[in-house]
Amino acid sequence: MRIQLLRSFIALTLLFITSISTASSLESSTKTFVFSAIPDQDEANLQERFDKVARYLENQLGIKVRYIPVKSYAAAVTAFRNNQVQLAWFGGLSGVQARRLVPGSQAIAQGTEDPFFTSYIIAHSSSGLAPREDFPAAIAGKTFTFGSKGSTSGRLMPEYYIRENLGDTPDNLFSKVGYSGDHSRTIALVQSGAYQVGAVNYKVWDKQLAAGKIDRDKVKVIWRTPSYPDYQWTVRGDVNDSWGPDFQARLTQALLQMDDPDLLASFPRSGFIAADNQLYQPIVDTAITVGIIDADQ
Amino acid sequence: MALSANRSIASSASALRNISLWFAVSALLCLVLVDIQISSADPWAELARMTAGALSPSVWSWPTLLSGLANTFAFALQGVTLAAIAGFVLALGYRFALIRAFCAFVRSIHELFWALLFMQVAGLSSLTGLLAIAIPYAGTLAKIYGELFEEVDPAPANNLPHREPGLSHFFYAVLPLAWRSMATYTSYRFECAIRSSAILGFVGLPTLGFHLETALSDGHYSEAAAFFYALLLLIGTLRLWLHKRLLPVYLVAVFYYLPPQATISWQLLVRFVSEDIVPAPLRGEALWNGETISHFAQWFNLLWQQQIWPGLFNTVLLGQISLVFTGLLALALLPLNSPLFMRPRRLISRGRFMSHGRLMDRNWKRGIGDSILILLRTLPEYLLAFIGLLIFGPSMLPAILALGIHNGAIIGHLLGRYTEELSLRADANSGVTLYFYEVLPRIYRQFLAFLFYRWEVILRETAILGILGIATLGFYIDSAFETFRFDIALLLILVSAALNISVDQFARYLRQRLQLKTVPESL
Repeated sequence: MRIQLLRSFIALTLLFITSISTASSLESSTKTFVFSAIPDQDEANLQERFDKVARYLENQLGIKVRYIPVKSYAAAVTAFRNNQVQLAWFGGLSGVQARRLVPGSQAIAQGTEDPFFTSYIIAHSSSGLAPREDFPAAIAGKTFTFGSKGSTSGRLMPEYYIRENLGDTPDNLFSKVGYSGDHSRTIALVQSGAYQVGAVNYKVWDKQLAAGKIDRDKVKVIWRTPSYPDYQWTVRGDVNDSWGPDFQARLTQALLQMDDPDLLASFPRSGFIAADNQLYQPIVDTAITVGIIDADQ
Repeated sequence: MALSANRSIASSASALRNISLWFAVSALLCLVLVDIQISSADPWAELARMTAGALSPSVWSWPTLLSGLANTFAFALQGVTLAAIAGFVLALGYRFALIRAFCAFVRSIHELFWALLFMQVAGLSSLTGLLAIAIPYAGTLAKIYGELFEEVDPAPANNLPHREPGLSHFFYAVLPLAWRSMATYTSYRFECAIRSSAILGFVGLPTLGFHLETALSDGHYSEAAAFFYALLLLIGTLRLWLHKRLLPVYLVAVFYYLPPQATISWQLLVRFVSEDIVPAPLRGEALWNGETISHFAQWFNLLWQQQIWPGLFNTVLLGQISLVFTGLLALALLPLNSPLFMRPRRLISRGRFMSHGRLMDRNWKRGIGDSILILLRTLPEYLLAFIGLLIFGPSMLPAILALGIHNGAIIGHLLGRYTEELSLRADANSGVTLYFYEVLPRIYRQFLAFLFYRWEVILRETAILGILGIATLGFYIDSAFETFRFDIALLLILVSAALNISVDQFARYLRQRLQLKTVPESL
């Protein structure tokens, strides 16, 4: 029995080594243009939604285009940094992080709605908090949940306005601070009263409200943040080397011309407009204030 | 002679009692320090949706489900195979403290964090998934194999003409004696590896967890249920189709189906090692410069105050309470998988069920009992924590429950199997009396050994409960990955590794003092 084992042991080791070495020769074709998107909501249908976008880009650009799904904001940025994807639909903060990690990369397009994005502060009815125009200072001392740690609308901007209005960090202000992981879950947790207050992307809230998933007797919006720039398409600076000198311009054009409502519903946006890195300076400043990125990088 | 034997039994019993007492007291003290306040309003709507989903599983796409299953199985089998090979080699040197520390180090890092580390250089590739399982499992298997080698009956070795420990000594007097336990333990680790493999989906590898997490976070509970049942089915039926003889076939198949490959860019690797993980104040600076050193001191000091110290504190606190809760739960659950308590009635009446090993296999009661344990230990802790959070609100309570239920079900299962080896007298009691006066005392050493072994696992698993906002070391490591501060992530990983090595040393000390066998022969 032991000799048998030794044999299979050796066979296995060989198998493993050969599979590793064949792997290095099996370099995936670099000519396929790959893009990704942060998984901010309705993840189950991401593949289906973005495969349509991939086909659209293939037709427009005449090259092979593939979409790969990722599981977190950080994974999207990492894939972009490592050149496993060349284009990504980022949130405000993830875009800023990606462009800092990949010098030369450019924000090229944003949704028509994105220059004026906003977050909602939502509260469970038992918290006794009512909707108001000015900042709801009474949220101090409650339990609070953000969305993903790396989310612009679910974490960065709400945290910024909380700090600005109440003069302290969330950890000190609230009795508990959680990170639900995404917007849908933030809504579920506040609606169940597990957390009394939460911060959520307004688009996700509006969509779930329209879909009848929200019971407004239990959870309501008590404040909306001032507007800020959010999602954008960011492309690596070196794409022209692989796909031709005017590739970035053609790609930008293709994105801006996307007008099929079915495609746009993937994002969901009513259309795309031009963008540049400078537009996102307020996000950079805020992220530095909140301590998510370092000032001296 | 008899008197001294009695005394030594009595003193060892009191040592066991003392140590149990100390652990219970420490957990109670920790309980005073943490917040377990219950504060929830109306979880019932969400729970009703979850229940409805659990009762009406729906497969959203068969190809997705099947490829998820295949990938989960492939990563697990490849990972455990590689881990068994590496673990075996490491176990040969397990008497060296340095090797033990190395093993404790690699297994202190959660599979998810290994995956996140490899992702930086190898991307979302099959190699990332394989290594994320193989490395920590090699550390665990090395420990188990190493301790098995230490615990084999020394009699055959003592009868060898040459007492010098050498290769033939090892192959003739140690390995054959440890072999059966090694095989059983490795096969048990394989079940764990399937769970780990599924969990790797949480960070993007294409296993069942990928879709499970997706469905859960979107609140699509029927789809989530289908993925979860698929995982349960995979684990629950392993014994039926994963035969020793077929193993080579499966191995060739999984390496063919999912060859471990990645396009590793040399550039990325260099950048990762020479830039990313270098502490920020040291990057591109002359190392022995007064200013650099003072910057580094400031950086470290701030990190210590804000993350390392609170992280250590919360990790130890949560770990300690969960450990004791795990222990209590394991003792309560063990009858579910024990032939002594889940036995066919007609065999009891004849008082000879112990001699009917083959009949016991057909024991449906125990089958149901163990299925409950499989269910409890397969539910991802993160899902348990989410349910706990809905019901009890945010506090340490959901975390304690999640860790306790998961680990308690694992130890309960192992202890239940261990009771197979106990032979009872024909006139033995049954039920509660049997449990408290016969079974519990006889398995208590085993129980403590399992619990100490699970200790470090619990500490490591505190990492994935960020949804509760409990600031454990793992919570900060996750935050560091999220903000691309790999230098901080690595430092925190080193801190948790140091904690793990200390716990491992302490558990080893206790095990030797209390003469516990960490790995029972009957595993």
